[in-house]
Amino acid sequence: MSAPVQPPEARVEAEHPEAAGYRAGRTLPLRVEAMRQLRRRRTLLVGGILAALPFILIVAFAIGGTPDGEDGGGGGRGGGRINLMDVATESAANFAATSLFVSAGFLLVVPVALFCGDTVASEASWSSLRYLLAAPVPRVRLLWSKLVVALGFSLAAMVLLPLVALAAGTAAYGWGPLKLPTGGALAAGDTIPRLALVVAFIFVSQLVTAGLAFWLSTKTDAPLGAVGGAVGLTIVGNVLDAVTALGSWRDFLPAHWQFAWADALQPELEWGGMIKGAAISVTYALILFALAFRGFSRKDIVS
Amino acid sequence: MAALAVLVGGGTWTAVADDGPPAVQREDRMLRPGGVPIDTSYFTAGGSGKRPAVLIGHGFGGSKNDVRAQAEKLAAEGYAVLTWSARGFGKSGGAISLNDPDGEVKDVSGLIDWLAKRPEVELDKKGDPRVGLTGASYGGAVSLLAAGHDQRVDAIAPVITYWNLADALFPDGVFKKLWAGIFVTSGGGCEKFEKKLCEMYERVAVSGKPDAAATELLTERSPSAVADRIKVPSLLLQGQSDSLFPLGHADAMQKAISANGAPVSVDWISGGHDGGDNETSRVEGRVGAWFDRYLKEETGTDTGPAFRVTRTGGIDSTDGAALKRGASSDTYPGLRSGGREIPLGEGTKTFRNPAGSAPPAISAVPGVGGGLSQLSSLGVGLSLDFPGQFGRFESAPLATSVHVTGTPTARVTVKATEGRDAVLFGKVYDVSPDGRQQVLPSQLVAPYRITPDQQGKPIELALPAVDHEFDAGHRMRLVFSATDLGYASPAEPATYTVTADGPLTVPTAPAVTTAAATLPWWTWGLPAAALVIAAALLLTARRRTATPAPDPALTDVPLQITGLSKKYAKSVDRYAVRELSFRVEKGQVLGLLGPNGAGKTTTLRMLMGLITPDEGEIRVFGQAIRPGAPVLSRVGAFVEGAGFLPHLSGRANLDLYWQATGRPAEDAYIDEALEIAGLGDALARAVRTYSQGMRQRLAIAQAMLGMPDLLILDEPTNGLDPPQIREMRDVMIRYAAGGRTVIVSSHLLSEVEQSCTHLVVMDRGRLVQAGPVAEITGSGDMILVTTAEEVSEPLAEKVASLPGIGSAVRLDDGRGLLVRLDGATTSRLVADLVRLDVPVTGVGPHRRLEDAFLTLISGGAA
Repeated sequence: MSAPVQPPEARVEAEHPEAAGYRAGRTLPLRVEAMRQLRRRRTLLVGGILAALPFILIVAFAIGGTPDGEDGGGGGRGGGRINLMDVATESAANFAATSLFVSAGFLLVVPVALFCGDTVASEASWSSLRYLLAAPVPRVRLLWSKLVVALGFSLAAMVLLPLVALAAGTAAYGWGPLKLPTGGALAAGDTIPRLALVVAFIFVSQLVTAGLAFWLSTKTDAPLGAVGGAVGLTIVGNVLDAVTALGSWRDFLPAHWQFAWADALQPELEWGGMIKGAAISVTYALILFALAFRGFSRKDIVS
Repeated sequence: MAALAVLVGGGTWTAVADDGPPAVQREDRMLRPGGVPIDTSYFTAGGSGKRPAVLIGHGFGGSKNDVRAQAEKLAAEGYAVLTWSARGFGKSGGAISLNDPDGEVKDVSGLIDWLAKRPEVELDKKGDPRVGLTGASYGGAVSLLAAGHDQRVDAIAPVITYWNLADALFPDGVFKKLWAGIFVTSGGGCEKFEKKLCEMYERVAVSGKPDAAATELLTERSPSAVADRIKVPSLLLQGQSDSLFPLGHADAMQKAISANGAPVSVDWISGGHDGGDNETSRVEGRVGAWFDRYLKEETGTDTGPAFRVTRTGGIDSTDGAALKRGASSDTYPGLRSGGREIPLGEGTKTFRNPAGSAPPAISAVPGVGGGLSQLSSLGVGLSLDFPGQFGRFESAPLATSVHVTGTPTARVTVKATEGRDAVLFGKVYDVSPDGRQQVLPSQLVAPYRITPDQQGKPIELALPAVDHEFDAGHRMRLVFSATDLGYASPAEPATYTVTADGPLTVPTAPAVTTAAATLPWWTWGLPAAALVIAAALLLTARRRTATPAPDPALTDVPLQITGLSKKYAKSVDRYAVRELSFRVEKGQVLGLLGPNGAGKTTTLRMLMGLITPDEGEIRVFGQAIRPGAPVLSRVGAFVEGAGFLPHLSGRANLDLYWQATGRPAEDAYIDEALEIAGLGDALARAVRTYSQGMRQRLAIAQAMLGMPDLLILDEPTNGLDPPQIREMRDVMIRYAAGGRTVIVSSHLLSEVEQSCTHLVVMDRGRLVQAGPVAEITGSGDMILVTTAEEVSEPLAEKVASLPGIGSAVRLDDGRGLLVRLDGATTSRLVADLVRLDVPVTGVGPHRRLEDAFLTLISGGAA
């Protein structure tokens, strides 16, 4: 801090209350928010784990042998046990589906909770939130950018896993039709749309986690509190869903539908479960997102 | 003759537990309606009003107890329900005679006679009660037979039963040995049957080939024998997973009964004798509706479509259960509706019937694995053909999916070793695109006995009736096998040749449409409600007060604060800032002074729009400040320490911060700002590696980005070393010299004294004094008087009231006074002090702001 500053003349005209070139709608562009989040260790860690998982599974199958021997005789798979694991190594598509199956319960919940729960709370903990707001980035604009980027990162995490699994699976098991655990197979050409549908459903079904994490994120300055709270409540949902005594009340638990995407891997695409699951998730998510925007827009930022 | 009622045990009246009124009462009686004792239960509920009667028969091998639940339900719905154990079953006497018109059917007529005498049973005329019959399998057959033999029956609803028992057990002259054996065994063994029947069974089972006498015996005891006499509304429920009484039986019933002019509905349920889901609840519901319509004559009751088939869509991923949905049409399509020709590969296939007909091919396995055939609808199944024992003809991959509803047919020419019957089993597999998996729909096969005179010329063979979707890309594989586990085929070895003479014709029943999956209301209702709630939450979040209009008079005033008050939510009584008002003019360097907790930071937070004042107003360049007010873009701030993304470099932090403002990069003057920061190479390092001072300087540089018209620095010299502090002082002075305004908050008073032009002094949330620095410090008119003894408060007041004295305040320890001269000279003051007996030990000028500050604050507290 040695050189003298030669600032330009101060503005005197008063027609524009804001600084030249400032437009509220242009603040915190998505690209900038993405850049801010992209180089964070947690982002790279999540990406690394999801990219590594398929290779870990390939090694596991290589060590443990293929999950299922070839069936004998003139056709038909014996028994009614339905398990994606049995057909995991049939083809790249099967491998990708299995990777999703083992991750959907928890591994894909964590990135969503992390990206959405950490996004506002970590800015608050770094004190950078108040500088953004004083820049000024309007509060709704700030939340919107952060939400879109967090959801975008979450989606990217969910797409990354099957993409890596498809690539790794093609190398390890070859490209082929998706063999269904219920028997039958989907042509290779149908596989990609079905897997895309699976990813789309997982994403929509995780909106409730995203909404919860995001809401908590606007409520607390402790990023781990928001992430942990969202993951914790997801686990509580799973536990409640296991209480069969709740009967049809379980239909209203988001966790009840978390594996409804398996319907996309049935010979006859079954929409009912996925539509119901998506409806429940969107219902919770809408209210939670609205709570986040409502609370944040009136909140005193003291961090 | 029904008056031969024999009450067993004096009649047992049992109140059956029921969750709602009316309570169902049961009377157990032994009756002798047809000459042998028949064990009955009579169910009624409610008052003594007239009601129709329903007879419920049980399945083969069972007893009246099997249907008690359904009987209680119907009784509660307002029927008089009679159940009975058929001859040879339960506690009833007599031998099983397979629904002999002179046996079981006569018993039913006797029961109807008995019902006609019940006071609560509604009569069509004397001795003719309003009565319907239902029952599954054996009980379903007796329903049909009773309707044919006894004109008093008004409606029937047979479930998974036979039209012609000979057809069921000896289809096309091939003995269905496995089922027949199970049938006889479940009846309690051959000796439980009427002698004639037992002999017939043993004869056929030994020869493996039914004879004409056997066929005739079974046919005359079958409903088909009275086909032209069944003229009552009939609900026919037949199972898709049923290799004992396949769908063709219901088809024959439908044809015969509707030809007689009676209303008929056909319902293909999911399960059947091979297992699977018998849809008990739906079936009983539909049977109840059928009787409501045709016995109670409630014309408003919906009896359902003329044809309905349950289709399995897949697995419910939440509980693993198979998903079912109905498809229906307004007319019964029959088994050959909407035939579509599927070309088959040409050629002649030659295969052998192994000696002893073993090993047999496997399709349906009766009594094994409830729901084995269900799996076929999910694309799984157990079926087996042995190489060399079957011939197959395959279609090309289907361009579009084909839903087969009914019985496919094929034209083939069959030849067998000279003079032998060719016994073949036809089936159509669903083959996956890769050809590795084949699924046999419902596990069904159709047996054929092709006698030598039928051989060598094209004949049409009907394949099993099924409801199955062949997906696009799949193939149809027509297979003729020489053996099947469920059937007796000739023990003599033979060679068969089969030539396909044309395409496979598959019925598609285009009129049958699948009902749209019914989603519960909340599927759409909940998201819609959530949308409304979310909108309400957001709309009510808007503040009631409108944004105040800009004040044109203040356009050039960087800051004006009026009546500002703020209480934090957690401290109800204590104000953080109270009724604060001051004004900052352009070009000023304003020092905001106050001890910790004076409310400086709270004021600056409100100024940045981070927190909302409870009262009062802040205007920056005439614009009222609210969260995110656009005018904040002309304010640069460094408040309460740095705030950076620790994982990014200093340079990246500033770049991204500027980009976040959305303003043009050339307006940032980032190089000038970076020079102020003076971080050098450290700019490329991650901020997390910075020292406190480095972060401080970077944060001040960030506040200066874009050269804001109003720069706010909160404790800017914290963590800086003395040369940097001097540098910072120069920066601020120069900055304001360009027509800009700087607000510096500090508790380092010496710091403020040297760089500020104006001061605002705060204490405990209130404004203590505001004005130019010189005015507040008193331009050298402050005099510190030290004393030997403590100065009393009245004495201090006395001094303050002296002429030419502005104020006099006791020091904290009391041993001295801080006096502000207002016209008086120092020597005059000393003279007055001496005159007042103040023990003066020293008098000196006191110009330091710190003392002035203390004076002001203690004055405020006094």
